[in-house]
Amino acid sequence: MAKQVKQLDRVIIRFAGDSGDGMQLTGDRFTQESAAFGNDLQTLPNFPAEIRAPQGTLPGVSSFQVHFADHDILTPGDSPDVLVAMNPAALKANLGDMKPGTTIIVDSHDFTGRNLTKAGYAENPLEDDSLVDYAVNVLDLTGMTVEAVKEFGLSRKDASRAKNMYALGLLSWMYGRPTETTVAFLEKRFAKVPAIRDANVTAFKSGYFFGETTEAFAVQYEIKPAPMQAGTYRNITGNLALAYGVVAGGVASGLPVFLGTYPITPASDVLHELSKHKRFGVTTFQAEDEIAGIGAALGASFAGSLGVTSTSGPGVALKSETIGLAVMTELPLVVIDVQRGGPSTGLPTKTEQADLLQAMFGRNGESPVPIVAPQSPGDCFDAAVEAVRIAVTYRTPVMLLSDGMLANGSEPWRIPEVGDLPVIDPAFATEPNHETTAKDGSTEADFWPYLRDEETLARPWAIPGTAGLEHRIGGLEKGDGHGNIAYDPGNHDYMVRIRQAKVDRIAASLPPLEVDDPSGRAKVLVLGWGSTYGPIGAACRRVRKAGHDVAQVHLRHLNPFPQDLGEILKGYDKVLVPEMNLGQLSMLVRAKYLVDAVGYNQVRGLPLKAAELAEAITDLVETTSSSSVEPVETKEN
Amino acid sequence: MTTAELPFPGLQGVPTSEDKLTGKDFTSDQEVRWCPGCGDYAVLKAVQSFLPDLGLRRENIVFVSGIGCSSRFPYYLDTYGMHSIHGRAPAIASGIATQREDLSVWVVTGDGDALSIGGNHLIHAMRRNVNMKILLFNNRIYGLTKGQYSPTSEPGKVTKSTPSGSVDHPFNPVSLALGAEATFVARTIDSDRKHLTSVLSAAAAHRGTALVEIYQNCPIFNDGAFDAIKNPDTKADAIIPLVQGEPIRFGVEGSKGLVRARTGGVEVVSTADVADSELLVHDAHLDDPTTAFALSRLTDAGVLHQSPIGIFRQVERATYDDQARSQIATASVGQDDPHAALSSLISGGDTWTVV
Repeated sequence: MAKQVKQLDRVIIRFAGDSGDGMQLTGDRFTQESAAFGNDLQTLPNFPAEIRAPQGTLPGVSSFQVHFADHDILTPGDSPDVLVAMNPAALKANLGDMKPGTTIIVDSHDFTGRNLTKAGYAENPLEDDSLVDYAVNVLDLTGMTVEAVKEFGLSRKDASRAKNMYALGLLSWMYGRPTETTVAFLEKRFAKVPAIRDANVTAFKSGYFFGETTEAFAVQYEIKPAPMQAGTYRNITGNLALAYGVVAGGVASGLPVFLGTYPITPASDVLHELSKHKRFGVTTFQAEDEIAGIGAALGASFAGSLGVTSTSGPGVALKSETIGLAVMTELPLVVIDVQRGGPSTGLPTKTEQADLLQAMFGRNGESPVPIVAPQSPGDCFDAAVEAVRIAVTYRTPVMLLSDGMLANGSEPWRIPEVGDLPVIDPAFATEPNHETTAKDGSTEADFWPYLRDEETLARPWAIPGTAGLEHRIGGLEKGDGHGNIAYDPGNHDYMVRIRQAKVDRIAASLPPLEVDDPSGRAKVLVLGWGSTYGPIGAACRRVRKAGHDVAQVHLRHLNPFPQDLGEILKGYDKVLVPEMNLGQLSMLVRAKYLVDAVGYNQVRGLPLKAAELAEAITDLVETTSSSSVEPVETKEN
Repeated sequence: MTTAELPFPGLQGVPTSEDKLTGKDFTSDQEVRWCPGCGDYAVLKAVQSFLPDLGLRRENIVFVSGIGCSSRFPYYLDTYGMHSIHGRAPAIASGIATQREDLSVWVVTGDGDALSIGGNHLIHAMRRNVNMKILLFNNRIYGLTKGQYSPTSEPGKVTKSTPSGSVDHPFNPVSLALGAEATFVARTIDSDRKHLTSVLSAAAAHRGTALVEIYQNCPIFNDGAFDAIKNPDTKADAIIPLVQGEPIRFGVEGSKGLVRARTGGVEVVSTADVADSELLVHDAHLDDPTTAFALSRLTDAGVLHQSPIGIFRQVERATYDDQARSQIATASVGQDDPHAALSSLISGGDTWTVV
């Protein structure tokens, strides 16, 4: 039967099943196929904190959403066009996100009495009219998988485990995905267990052929490759890009990297990845706790390495005292915080950006720390390199604020040229920098660890093993210049101010902000930071498409702010700050610039939705315009 | 010359000095500010005069401390040093020691710093066997915060924070270190320069974590805590000297000794009652820590009347830092230019090219 081919410009698919059903792998493979095909894409994995939550229950549902398109896109999408639900719980947990008219593909195999009850269904939703608003395809995916792979002699349980590949095969056919990469992947992944390998490959191909031959699916969809900037691309998650950025920071600075860390969701993949790169001189130290992780990293920095620690919000709380010590000892240190829902243990596997004020102020005393934030998964690479640049150049701990959405989400990443990396010069001190005059008038060359560079205000970094530069540092207040313990009031006041001035001085090294204001007529500026870049950008596009003017600025540097931010903010009547917190950046810009920033705040553990944000922007644009435009003209509009 | 040629495996990889240094070379220009009569002075003096014997360059020695009276130590030594934060010195030193084989790394800590707030870092440094020497100054009191009981204070101790007497049971630092599988565990006394120096030398020679408990008198808040082992009239009965390969005897004219007890532990007997051959011969090199642990239990948990002094355990085990460096070295053999390697790393995986 010749099938109809329909063109689409973009599709959002969500694969949902039990956490043991392999939905993350399924989503990841579909993503790789789409990347290889040349679509632009964004992904959103969503999984429970429990490793194996009770099977078939709502808390055990794991999902993976992929948004792919023939043009550049910025978000994983608000609500799916297609839901693949592998069991009743997956259907129930995700149905609320589906709009009428969208497609639902259901594996009917588990829609039986006990499984329906576990998911909280009194009646079988496939048999009543509760799904009447959707285009529902009910298939016994499990049954068909078991039938397809019976030649391999697997147990029924093992055979049915390949059902995710059957579903992937079906979806791959529906959207014209190339299948070679997945076949190659499966052959490699299960190379040691031929029966499992063959069952998975067969299930995948059977799913594909089923789509091709069945009359249940009359239409195949085509989403053409997206025009993209020339270059070589790969799909990359934020945690992987961040780990690569740390390796790159080590290469760019010529410093051995030392990661001192403790496992924590969603940051552990940074440890896993860096532990593979010993050939770059990267040492990973899985410490006894968060405090030891950062302590060892700071010790490594004192010894002349690039000290790095990785964690999430609860870990930052434990590391705070050592970050303070790094502020006082003025040693380079990169503190990676992959933010998750808080407070306390909060939502370990969900995203949030509510650690900004913790990064900014979460220490005793006046303890300024530069803050850098990536805006997309691939951007984690550049943000990490920038954090290393600031840490090494200014001899300071730097907070690198990623989040769960960036960490596990992915996008096509244009692989950068290594030659384009910034040169980061550790500029170790090698000789005395001061002369002390004795009472008899004779002078002696010595080393003052707190004599500062005039341009950066950074202190010299003299590492053990350097003769003649022996010195002692620590957490007690330092005397200006000589660095010995000093308690006098004037010195403390000076040192508090100079540490702040040093961090402020970083702003002089930052490029001008990019203001996205295509018409130049916008009165409303949307200001964001971190992973909200995608939803904000997508929302601004929608607003502009509807004929309104709106400007967008996205901050990479949260402390210090770029020098031109104040002037830019003044140029707009209203500033809207969307954040996945209760208004932390809003608070900072209000305090610093006396600007009446308006917050748009959600803390749902999920990325902001572009459509909802677009409405909020439109409301603000409309109220702002009406107050500044003549009433007569308003009527003409 | 490197220390490979010296009888100090613990210092292999650390460059030696061409010049003969003296204690003065290790004395910084900072005024020492401990209370008059503090045991810390004696330890500082012993360390300053002992360091030249290692034959190292000053710049290749690092002292790291936490918080407490003893933790001011690094300021008074003209080496590299960090006076860090409470309890964290072993963690910081772990980073230093792992990254730099060419450094001799020392941790100075106290009973509160090491055993209370920093207990976790202490035990994990010892189990990993990171090549660092930990000097645990045990004065059985909190001095810097002016006199609260510490995790080594005797039960019932009346202090500012325990006016009705402490109800805490104390740690025995040597037992704790043995439980954490430390490869070198010793105890010495601040006022016995000769013994202190010999233990420090043995610690420096050891490759791995060396835990040296130093009984140290605090004349202000816990004066006399170690009187039994310092008083010439009582110390013969109080100090049980542990000497490698020697039968363990103590008391006036060797009137007491140790024998294996039926319970598996050790017990004190009158040497008049047993044959010499029955006396326990000290062997710190036993891999099995059972006897060392039994010896550690002879120390009073309460007011100190008796305590073994010397090296309880000294065994060989691969160090964390040697192994970590070895993994890096193995992975780095024959590697090309790091920029090219980075380029190939980030270009890995499934890629596609847009023209």
